[in-house]
Amino acid sequence: MKKDTIISLKNITVSFNGNTILKNLNLDIKNKDFVTLLGSSGCGKTTILRIIAGFVQPDSGSIFFAGKDVTKLPAHKREVNTIFQNYALFPHLNVYENIAFGMRIQKKTEAEIKNKVQEMLKMVSLSGFEKRNIANLSGGQQQRVAIARALVNNPKVLLLDEPLGALDLKLRKDMQVELKKIQQKMGITFIFVTHDQEEALSMSDTVIVMDNGNIQQIGSPQDIYNEPTNAFVADFIGESNIIDGIMHDDYLVEFAGRKFKCLDAGFAKDEKVDVVIRPEDIEVTSPENGHISGTVTSVTFIGVHYEIIVDIDGFKWMIQSTDSQKPGDVIGLILQPDDIHIMKKSEHSGEYGDYSAFSDEMYEIYEENLLYDCSCNVSEKK
Amino acid sequence: MKIKNFSIIYIIWMFIFTIIPLALIFIFAFTDKSGNFTLENILNVGRYSNVFLLSIGLGAISTIICLILGYPLAYIISKISSSKQNIVIMLIMLPMWINFLLRTYAWMTILENNGLLNKFLSIFGIKPISFINTSGAVVLGMIYNFLPYMILPIYAAIVKIDKRIVEAAQDLGAGKRNVFLKVLAPLSLPGVISGITMVFVPAVSTFIISKMLGGGSNILIGDLIEMQFLGSTYNPNLGSAISFVLMVLIFISIGIMNQFDDSDENFDGVKLK
Repeated sequence: MKKDTIISLKNITVSFNGNTILKNLNLDIKNKDFVTLLGSSGCGKTTILRIIAGFVQPDSGSIFFAGKDVTKLPAHKREVNTIFQNYALFPHLNVYENIAFGMRIQKKTEAEIKNKVQEMLKMVSLSGFEKRNIANLSGGQQQRVAIARALVNNPKVLLLDEPLGALDLKLRKDMQVELKKIQQKMGITFIFVTHDQEEALSMSDTVIVMDNGNIQQIGSPQDIYNEPTNAFVADFIGESNIIDGIMHDDYLVEFAGRKFKCLDAGFAKDEKVDVVIRPEDIEVTSPENGHISGTVTSVTFIGVHYEIIVDIDGFKWMIQSTDSQKPGDVIGLILQPDDIHIMKKSEHSGEYGDYSAFSDEMYEIYEENLLYDCSCNVSEKK
Repeated sequence: MKIKNFSIIYIIWMFIFTIIPLALIFIFAFTDKSGNFTLENILNVGRYSNVFLLSIGLGAISTIICLILGYPLAYIISKISSSKQNIVIMLIMLPMWINFLLRTYAWMTILENNGLLNKFLSIFGIKPISFINTSGAVVLGMIYNFLPYMILPIYAAIVKIDKRIVEAAQDLGAGKRNVFLKVLAPLSLPGVISGITMVFVPAVSTFIISKMLGGGSNILIGDLIEMQFLGSTYNPNLGSAISFVLMVLIFISIGIMNQFDDSDENFDGVKLK
């Protein structure tokens, strides 16, 4: 099932005030794909979206849309539509006129506009809201108006700039499902920008993980989660224990003071590698039955499971288990070959994977900073 | 509780300096010299309809020219970098720090028959043109003095427009012309209405500008009122009646202006009612 390419970025370089945001970036986006650009703030994901929309001119490089070079084409002539982070609805127009805006520009007949707007309102479950003032809508309703307004022109590609960021968790989950449905129903390409890895995994056909203006990995959600290419991706997507290891031979790796069988091959003999073990893959047992053992240092209940931090020779591992453990106890861990994923060493090695500094408080501060940074970014990029 | 007590001061202030004077104008307008009720003053105002027409006409011309000059300028200012914006806004406000009379005197020395402008023109062998004591000079004086009141509210309205709303319009296919007509113009309308009100009202009721730049042939309502109180034709009852009629006319014109601003108050605070 090979899909054709709809958008292609070639050797794109962008800088703002001397800061290089994207350097020599190449990216192909397949037609009718749900693509997510995933990364923390300042990684360049929004800039990519704005380049595709035509709001940012790259310093060098070209953008192709269905094979045609559109680099110099202004935003209003491109066949893409955007859902903005804050929705950017027209405050002087009511719901009906907001949605009709694109068709009025195209000078469609009144009857045509009416039909299409009704159809769109129905799709986003806002029938009967035509005359409502934008300011009197809830965040979720504004979001729906933004979706209808962007889709009314039948774009081939819809760009979504963190559209769910301002919604509360429950509404966000509902909208994720709904957006996915709309994408399948319309049969068009969605390019979705988010810093929320869960959102990215649950909605996308293809996830593009970005850091610092570089693409770290492109793949299906399963690939990205199960086969991260480096420590950055492993850490950014879900929780990971990333341990230094040595690849003695194909299918044989040494870490945490002993040798394990694994499913990876193709490394040089005795090559230094990063070993990724997902917290939920680790099986807890008694110290004498485990491959390795360590002391429980903390246990946190987070709803679905417990997060257990275990000290193994000074390196803190995270284990997710439905059974609680007592801090101070010594437990054994069982690691099956398919729990172990081997990655080549990269510039990110050593930055992530140890849970010694882990605490819920730290995590919250990190999340808040992320949100704060994002809002700054938008206002900076004129 | 405390703040509520404070408001009494303002209520007293407003009562003494707004309500009572307005009531006095009202009473004077409907009484004769001996204090009996009469409609004569109001009816006499009709004799000065040509003065009213001239005032409203010149005021309207000035307002329109201020809008034509002010809107593009306000738009251009909103586009430049914010540090430069502050400088330009300061330059626009700077003349307002100089006394109004002084500024108008300055125009007299420029426009006089042997003033700066005619001296400059004589270099090129052009004979003196009488600029001063014409309605053109009055309009010029009005524009010069009231232009900042047009620029500032429009500028304030334009800078408040979220850039992403403009981007959203472009995204939906609007070129420069449509972005202006369908987004910028309606969103800056409250500023335009404030600007028109803030220029038109003082322009219609001015007396200094017409007196100094318009000569005897350009008597405006303001001059007429002044004459009734300070001039040779002392008649405060008629003066009050003219003021009263002027006030009613201004109220009506503001009312008409606000009809154009049909937007709800929840997206913009710039509103006069």
